[in-house]
Amino acid sequence: MWIYEKKLQYPVRVSKCDPQMAKYLTEQYGGADGELAAALRYLNQRYTIPDKVIGLLTDIGTEEFAHLEMIATMIYKLTKDATPEQLVEAGLGEHFVNHDKALFYHNAAGVPWTAAYIQAKGDPIADLYEDIAAEEKARATYQWLIDITDDVDLQDGLKFLREREVIHSLRFREAVEMLKEDRDMQKVF
Amino acid sequence: MAKELNEAFYQQLQELQEVDFVLVELNLYLDTHPNDMQALQQYNQLVQQRWQLAQEYENNYGPLMHFGHSYSRHPWQWKDAPWPWQV
Repeated sequence: MWIYEKKLQYPVRVSKCDPQMAKYLTEQYGGADGELAAALRYLNQRYTIPDKVIGLLTDIGTEEFAHLEMIATMIYKLTKDATPEQLVEAGLGEHFVNHDKALFYHNAAGVPWTAAYIQAKGDPIADLYEDIAAEEKARATYQWLIDITDDVDLQDGLKFLREREVIHSLRFREAVEMLKEDRDMQKVF
Repeated sequence: MAKELNEAFYQQLQELQEVDFVLVELNLYLDTHPNDMQALQQYNQLVQQRWQLAQEYENNYGPLMHFGHSYSRHPWQWKDAPWPWQV
């Protein structure tokens, strides 16, 4: 089961109301390489992966939910004081008429999240390679997000999240090596 | 929001977040390096430190966790704002 903890993994601060940046950030909320996709991908792959890496998938999958909450907090803070006119100006008119200021699992272009973004092949190497790719794609997205904002407070949170992708990728690479070692061991008679 | 959030709140929250960050890092590291004794010792030591910090935080600002993992004063504190995105 899961237990909720009433705090963010890392402080989220923003220095201004910026609905346009909020729109871009939804890429990491309900986009193909976003935090929701990451969490659901890893936690779902756990059931058929070798015992040696179940712990890692559980822990990284769980951490992704903490990151999802950080992104949600950023979006919430960037839009909470915006007027409907400001939302329209930021390209969020379509979002506003459907959801008001509620968050929704879609990407920056408004395309709803789909399970087609993620995969579980039941082949441990294939699954872990997908996970490494997912982390690298998320890292790149964070970089582009950092590049298009001048809000240093927001950048601080985004840089934390970018660095987490780097670590997750590294751990998944180590998991691949662990499985390869096991596979090679089995050939020795 | 229910409570006035002062400098001390943010300070204590950050201390907890700092220790928890090291614990997450060590946890993921140990998942792929289970035989690293030094990392394990560091982890167990921080678990203790974390427990103390969480106790202090909860004394001042209410339960961090639900479902029996934190104590509550009367009346039931869990449902009280602020929630993490409101601070």
